[in-house]
Amino acid sequence: MTNSWTDIKNTDLVVVMGGNAAEAHPCGFKWVTEAKHHRGAKLIVVDPRFTRTASVSDYYAPIRPGTDIVFLMALIRHMIENDKVQWDYVRNYTNAAYIVRDDFGWSDGLFSGYDEEKRDYDKKSWDYVIGDDGFAVTDPTLENPRCVWQLLRAHVDAYTPELVERVCGTPADRFLKVAEMIGECSSPTKTMTSMYALGWTQHSKGAQNIRGMAMLQLILGNIGVRGGGMNALRGHSNIQGLTDIGLMSNLIPGYLNIPTEQEPDWATYMKSRAFKPLRPGQTSYWQNYPKFMVSFMKSMWGDAATVENDWAYHYLPKLDVPAYDVLRIFEMMDQGRCNIYFCQGFNGLLAFPDRGKVTRALSKLKLLVTIDPLETETSRFWENHGEHNDVDPAAIQTEVLQLPSSCFAEDEGALVNSGRWLQWHWPGAEPPGEAKLDTWIMAQVFLRVRDLYLKEGGVFPDPIVNLTWDYADANEPTPEELAKEMNGRALSDLSDPADPSKTLVKAGQQVLNFSQLRDDGSTACGCWIYSGSWNENGNNMARRDNSDPDSTGAFANWTWSWPLNRRILYNRASSDLDGNPWDDSRRLVWWDGAKWTGYDVPDIAPTAKPGEVGPFIMNQEGVSRLFSRGLMRDGPFPTHMEPFESPMANVFNPAMRGNPVARVFESDVARLGDSAEFPFVATSYRLTEHFHYWTKHNAVNAALQPEFFVEISEQLAAEKGIAKGGRVRVWSKRGEVWAKALVTKRIKPLICDGKPVHVVGIPLHWGFVGAARKGWGPNSLTPFIGDANVETPEFKAFLVNIEPAAGEAVS
Amino acid sequence: MNIDLSRRGFLKLAGAGVAATSLGALGFGEAEAAELAHVRGFKLTATTEARNTCPYCSVACGIIMYSRIDDETGKKRIVHIEGDADHPTNRGTLCPKGAALKDFVNAPTRLTQPRIRKPGADAFEPIGWNEALDKIARALKDDRDANFMSLNEAGVPVNRWTTTGFLAASATTNETAWLTYKVVRSMGVVAFDNQARV
Repeated sequence: MTNSWTDIKNTDLVVVMGGNAAEAHPCGFKWVTEAKHHRGAKLIVVDPRFTRTASVSDYYAPIRPGTDIVFLMALIRHMIENDKVQWDYVRNYTNAAYIVRDDFGWSDGLFSGYDEEKRDYDKKSWDYVIGDDGFAVTDPTLENPRCVWQLLRAHVDAYTPELVERVCGTPADRFLKVAEMIGECSSPTKTMTSMYALGWTQHSKGAQNIRGMAMLQLILGNIGVRGGGMNALRGHSNIQGLTDIGLMSNLIPGYLNIPTEQEPDWATYMKSRAFKPLRPGQTSYWQNYPKFMVSFMKSMWGDAATVENDWAYHYLPKLDVPAYDVLRIFEMMDQGRCNIYFCQGFNGLLAFPDRGKVTRALSKLKLLVTIDPLETETSRFWENHGEHNDVDPAAIQTEVLQLPSSCFAEDEGALVNSGRWLQWHWPGAEPPGEAKLDTWIMAQVFLRVRDLYLKEGGVFPDPIVNLTWDYADANEPTPEELAKEMNGRALSDLSDPADPSKTLVKAGQQVLNFSQLRDDGSTACGCWIYSGSWNENGNNMARRDNSDPDSTGAFANWTWSWPLNRRILYNRASSDLDGNPWDDSRRLVWWDGAKWTGYDVPDIAPTAKPGEVGPFIMNQEGVSRLFSRGLMRDGPFPTHMEPFESPMANVFNPAMRGNPVARVFESDVARLGDSAEFPFVATSYRLTEHFHYWTKHNAVNAALQPEFFVEISEQLAAEKGIAKGGRVRVWSKRGEVWAKALVTKRIKPLICDGKPVHVVGIPLHWGFVGAARKGWGPNSLTPFIGDANVETPEFKAFLVNIEPAAGEAVS
Repeated sequence: MNIDLSRRGFLKLAGAGVAATSLGALGFGEAEAAELAHVRGFKLTATTEARNTCPYCSVACGIIMYSRIDDETGKKRIVHIEGDADHPTNRGTLCPKGAALKDFVNAPTRLTQPRIRKPGADAFEPIGWNEALDKIARALKDDRDANFMSLNEAGVPVNRWTTTGFLAASATTNETAWLTYKVVRSMGVVAFDNQARV
């Protein structure tokens, strides 16, 4: 989230598209209710299903799964055509005025530079014209036909209300009503917030869905303001933290990158990360990259990381592919190219697409280690559970070690909520039986491997034997020690840059925040964006002052948020070019004549003069991007792409299947179905009574929703002769499941391209262990294809067939 | 103070004392007394409070956990969980999942000992922590030594290990995550991912 849960109360319009907050995030959704009751805010829901969020909305519009980009680009077209644009914001805070290279263009649903053979774009043309002075060329009048604004206008021209009706199945009048309501928020004194979740990410073009809405929010001037923003509702309690800390194939904590093979040395690695400003006088904060990177290397390897050895650059692995994401590693496992796999609190057998393939892959491992507080299907993938897990244990040679860990109630530390608040928590009990803290387990694994290398030698032991491990008890690093390591400290006295005779931080002291980090090896910091969370003032994440001066919703002294305890990102954009708030009733950060001040920590240098330094300081441009240059693999603007399994062809290019640059493994091509064999569109979702595969272990929730079902319309039930509560078989090209049929009015057939499209809803909470009845999840059916940029699997739009099955109807 | 005991104490006193008959007339007959004897003690008596946050979705509602020493195990056990009224986001409220959190903490399917499933076996069997961890360390060392790629074909140092993978959690603390990061990265593992991917 750019904003926070408590900030939602400041909004005038909530758009829930790609999520279902009332059911999946019920207590956060209460802030929507607050905004409706106390501000008169309106709620719009766009969803294939009339969810409980829709049931309390002011306006609902249905949409075919996987067509959100058409809807979003049509909204942008509507705003441009009807002058619903916050012009001062667009002119000054976006790259609307930037001139784009002459060789950039698009046709047939593809941008310039497409290589069908490689399934990739040459992105060279997706860039600005750079002038002789080294800066991007702009036209502040926005009249140049090659400026971003004019190109965007031309790009969205095809996305008419009629196209929305044809592709999305949303009636044109419903689309127009939504567009009118949203258009009101182009006023500087009205804001809209976007609340989305996996309904937008789990697509082969998920990242472009989100960009589409981000662009709309920029055009309306809703980023960086109270009650606005792009608010990703994270699905788990700490996937925000796990991602911040870089537990992904290609990441280093704080969104730094693991090097690739094309970067054989430190100098080459740093060369592409210079982040020179693209306009005069801009901050381009990523210019500090070397300080964060060197401090990270010092944190990992201490004295072994020196300027002479490029800060131990070769201790880091170098990637030959963009990432070894889970889909790639399970593909490798299936090919017999992976021997050992760890699942720490992650139930892959139910979470990854194409469960048949996942089972096959796990069966080829030598060793699977699971670390979990609960029984999981993954740790028992080899166990026969009849139709629910039809495997032959004798044929599976994988050794499995199931390690019992603590759960949240038994450990101490911080979790990061959707609003980037790092909230410290305390244990109330001890782990049951012999279960152990995750930190103890990881320490044991490490210490034993290190001992083996120290005793026996082996291949490249250096990064292991030199890893910083200066915990008071090597066997049991404490949360305090680890949190302080992430915050960072001075390794030698740091002098004050303004007055070198003064010492700013003494050797051994915690740094105040990342502004004190250095690139000369004199500081260590595990995760620069968390720097400030545990400094010499103590554990700021444990703060519990819930006061909120002037009821802005900031709660600035409650725990701590990254970065620098800032509660709303890009908050300098809440004021106009001169530094005066756009909306006096929603003041956030403003220029007081000498410096930036306000309710939040300003997202700009405190004395950066208004009009000179742009508000989007992380970008080289100093402004936000309506045109994203070559930063995304599938285009600088979002363009319509059908799901890989779709009931209709792409209207711009009937020969194009799915996302033209998404990775498809050879072995999965034959596992894709078409609409002749699988005529119905399926989508997955959560229920309010369950959390993933955890609450089925709990008698209360298992009783509330005991049994796997699929949700279908009355029309589809009639067409297929399916009784209410009757048993059905649902199958895709990859697998089959049996379920109770929930025949409902919440899903209605849509008319797309003149033909009815039926949607089958598949909730995801059942497996074969726990207190609930045995069942299946959508992953028995879904395709093994991910988003082109981030490889999040396409769970939200795929094809199935359905038929009545033997068994008595329950209602 | 335990309310149950105090009520019973009161009845005992009443039965032995002067007002037995009049109490009987007021409805404190034998059946009533027997019923009162079964009234459950105040649930939160002698419990310890701890502040925590809900481990499910990312709203991260504040909760208060109440625990006391379990007679059987001698360990602290959570006996009640409720919303934290001081928390700015949830202000004491919980959803249908959070309201049943105690049953997740104390679920019968919580794991209590390390177990091993041997190749081809159809059941788990117990294994000691030491033996399990030594097995893991041995397997990691052997696989790393056998499959670690130091240089690529062009002779560039790449120092990556692709035959072992690690999938990290979605609900562990930042501190666990950082320690996990250090351990996994220092070995050169590149098949490293977390629940954010899906």
